[in-house]
Amino acid sequence: MRYPISVIEPRSGWIPIGWRELWEYRELLGFLVWRDIKVRYKQTVLGASWAVLQPLATMVVFSVLFGRWAKMPSDGLPYPLFAFAALLPWTFFANAVSASANSLVGNAHLVSKVYFPRLLLALSSIGTGVVDLLVALAVMMGMLMYYGIGVTWQLALLPGLLLLTVLAAAGVGSALAALCALYRDVRYVVPFLLQLGMFASPVIYPLSLIPAGWRWLFYLNPLVGVIDGFRSSLLGLPFAWTPILWSCVVSLAGVWLGLSYFRRVERRVADLI
Amino acid sequence: MTPAVRIERVSKRYQLGVRPSVDGSFREMLVNVAKAPIRRMRRLSGRAKEGWFWALRDVSFEVPPGEVAAIIGANGAGKSTLLKVLSRITEPTEGRIELRGRVASLLEVGTGFHPELTGRENIFLNGAILGMRRAEIRQKFDEIVDFAEVSAFIDTPVKHYSSGMYLRLAFAVAAHLDGEVLLVDEVLAVGDTAFQKKCLGKMRDVSRGGRTVVFISHNMAVVSALCTRAIVLEAGRPVFDGPAGAGVRHYLEHSRADAALTWDLASASRTVDDLGLLVRLERVTALTARGDGFLFAEPLRFRVDVASAATLEHVECAVGLDDMFGSRVVTFMSDRQQMSMSAGGRYNIDVTVPPFGLRPGRYLLSVSLYSGGQYHDYLVHVGAFSVVPLHQDGERHVDDRTDRGPIAVTSEWRVSEVPARVLA
Repeated sequence: MRYPISVIEPRSGWIPIGWRELWEYRELLGFLVWRDIKVRYKQTVLGASWAVLQPLATMVVFSVLFGRWAKMPSDGLPYPLFAFAALLPWTFFANAVSASANSLVGNAHLVSKVYFPRLLLALSSIGTGVVDLLVALAVMMGMLMYYGIGVTWQLALLPGLLLLTVLAAAGVGSALAALCALYRDVRYVVPFLLQLGMFASPVIYPLSLIPAGWRWLFYLNPLVGVIDGFRSSLLGLPFAWTPILWSCVVSLAGVWLGLSYFRRVERRVADLI
Repeated sequence: MTPAVRIERVSKRYQLGVRPSVDGSFREMLVNVAKAPIRRMRRLSGRAKEGWFWALRDVSFEVPPGEVAAIIGANGAGKSTLLKVLSRITEPTEGRIELRGRVASLLEVGTGFHPELTGRENIFLNGAILGMRRAEIRQKFDEIVDFAEVSAFIDTPVKHYSSGMYLRLAFAVAAHLDGEVLLVDEVLAVGDTAFQKKCLGKMRDVSRGGRTVVFISHNMAVVSALCTRAIVLEAGRPVFDGPAGAGVRHYLEHSRADAALTWDLASASRTVDDLGLLVRLERVTALTARGDGFLFAEPLRFRVDVASAATLEHVECAVGLDDMFGSRVVTFMSDRQQMSMSAGGRYNIDVTVPPFGLRPGRYLLSVSLYSGGQYHDYLVHVGAFSVVPLHQDGERHVDDRTDRGPIAVTSEWRVSEVPARVLA
C-alpha cells in the first residue's frame, strides 16, 4: 500500500495560510463552533435571550442618552432603529474579535496536546456569535414592523454584509489572538481597543456627521462600510457604495494580513502558552 | 523497506525563561514586554547564549512499518519534546522528519473534553479534535461506548461522571483512532488497575495489528511487555538503540547513577499537567548515613525543600517509592492537618520512615505537594537511591535476591510435630 508522506521541517518567516489544510479540517471547525454554542447556552437562565439583551439594553441607553438628551442627528430616522441597526453588526464584531483574541490562550490545553490548524480556533470563535446575531435580527424585524418600515429589497444584501463583517472580524481577531499568545498584556488592551473602535465607527452617529474632507480616513475602518450598509439594508435606504467597497478592500487585506501574521506566530505558539 | 518514521538529525532548542509565569502580575508582564526588544537584540547579537537549552540534539533514527518502538529516558531527557515534535505540536529547530501514512497522536486522553457536554457529544468533539471524520466516529460510536462501559450515561454531561468513567470514555475514543503511525505518551498511567489492564490489552492488539507505534513511558514493565525496540534518550541525545529488553537494562544501569543523593528540582521539567505551582519543590535529599544509599533496616530519611508563593493551609506532602520497573512500592504521606505555609516562605519538610523491611535494591523517588483538591507540584522519578544489602552494624549481609518482592517482613515460624495417635 502507498501512503502519503508528511514532512516536518523547521520553517521560518512568513508561512502560506494553508487554505487546503483548513478545508480538510472543516469538520473540526464545525465541531468547535458547535461546542462553543452548546456550552454557552447550557445551564443559563435566559438562554439565547442574552443575545438580545446586550444590544437591546445598549440601544435603550443610547436612545435616551444620545437620541433624546444629546439630540444626536440620525438622518431623520427614529433613533432606536438607527442605533439598533448599527449595534447588530457592531456587537457581533466586538464579541467575535474578543472571543477570537482569547482563543489561543483560552484553548492552551488543546494547543499543547494535539495538532490541528490553530487558525480553526481563531475562526471558530467568530462562528459562535452568528447565532446571537440571528436572534437579535429577529428582534430587529419586530422593530421594523412596529415602526412600519417592513421588509425591503435592500434586505437581500444582508448576507453579503454579514460575510463582510465576518471577514473583518477574522482579520482583526486572528492577529489579536497571535498577539495575545505572544504578550499576555494584550488581552487586557482588547476591550479598550474595542471601546475606541465603537467611537471610530458610525454606531451612535451617522456617517453624514463626518466632514467630507475626513471621510477617506474613516473608510479605512472596515466597520464603517459594514455598519452603514447594515443600516441601509435593514431600514430600506439607498446604499452608499463607496464605504462598502472600501470595506471590502480593507477587510480582504486585513484577513490576509491577520491570518498571515497568525501563521507566522503559530509555529512557536505551543512553546509559549 | 521504506521506514514509517524517519527522523534525521532533529534538534529542538528552547529559550529558558521565555514562558511567562502563570501567576505573574500585570506589572511584571509590562516589564517583560518592555524587555522583549532588548532580549531580542541581545539574542541577535549572539550575546545571550546561556539562555538556550537544547531539549533534543541530533536525534536520528528510523522505525520500520509495524514496529513498536519505545522512547525511554529520565525526566527532562527529551522524550516528551520528541513526541511533541513528531505530532507537529511544536516545530523542530533543526532536522527533518518523514512520516508515512496517517498519524494518530495521543499525548493525553480526553483532550478537549468539555464537562458541560454529554458523553455522546464529547465522543464526537474529542474524536474530531483527534482527527477523526464525523462519518468515522458515527461508525465506531457503539464500539466506543461499549468499550468504555458507559452506555447508561451516554446522554449525561460528563461532569457528573465518576473519574473512572471519565477516563474510560476518554481512553475509548483514543483507542479507536485509526492511523498507520501511532504516537503514544504514557496515557496508560491512569485509571484503576482493572482499567489499566484493559488499556494494556488494547495497546497489545494495536501493536499486533501491524501498525507502527512510537511509545514513551516511564513504566519499564510495560515497555518490556509491549515494545520490540527501545531508544534511550539522555539529555536530548539518543544513547542507546536496540532490543527493548537491552534498552530497559541500559536505562536502569546508566541513567540513574546519581552520585550525590540530592536532587535539585527548581528547574526540573514538570510532566504532570494542571499543577497549581503555588508551592514548588526545590530540592529533595535522601539523608543517608553512607553517601550511596540507605542500609537495610535503617530508617529512611528524606528532606524536601519547598518554596511557597501563597498562604496555604493543610498542605500534604507525599513521597513515593517505585521499583525500577516503575511500579509503586509504597507512598509516605504527611498528615494534612499539620502543614501550613505562608506566602514567600521556604520550608524544609523532613520525613523519617521507621524501618519497614524495604529490601536491598534501587528505588525511584517521586514527590508531590497537594492542598485543597489541587496538586501544586508533582515530580515523577526525580532520582534514585539504593538500599544496600548491609545491616546497620555494617557486617552482616542481607539476602538481596530480587525475586522476593520489595518488602522483607519478619515473620514468626513454628513447627510442631503432630502426635501420631491423633491421626489414628
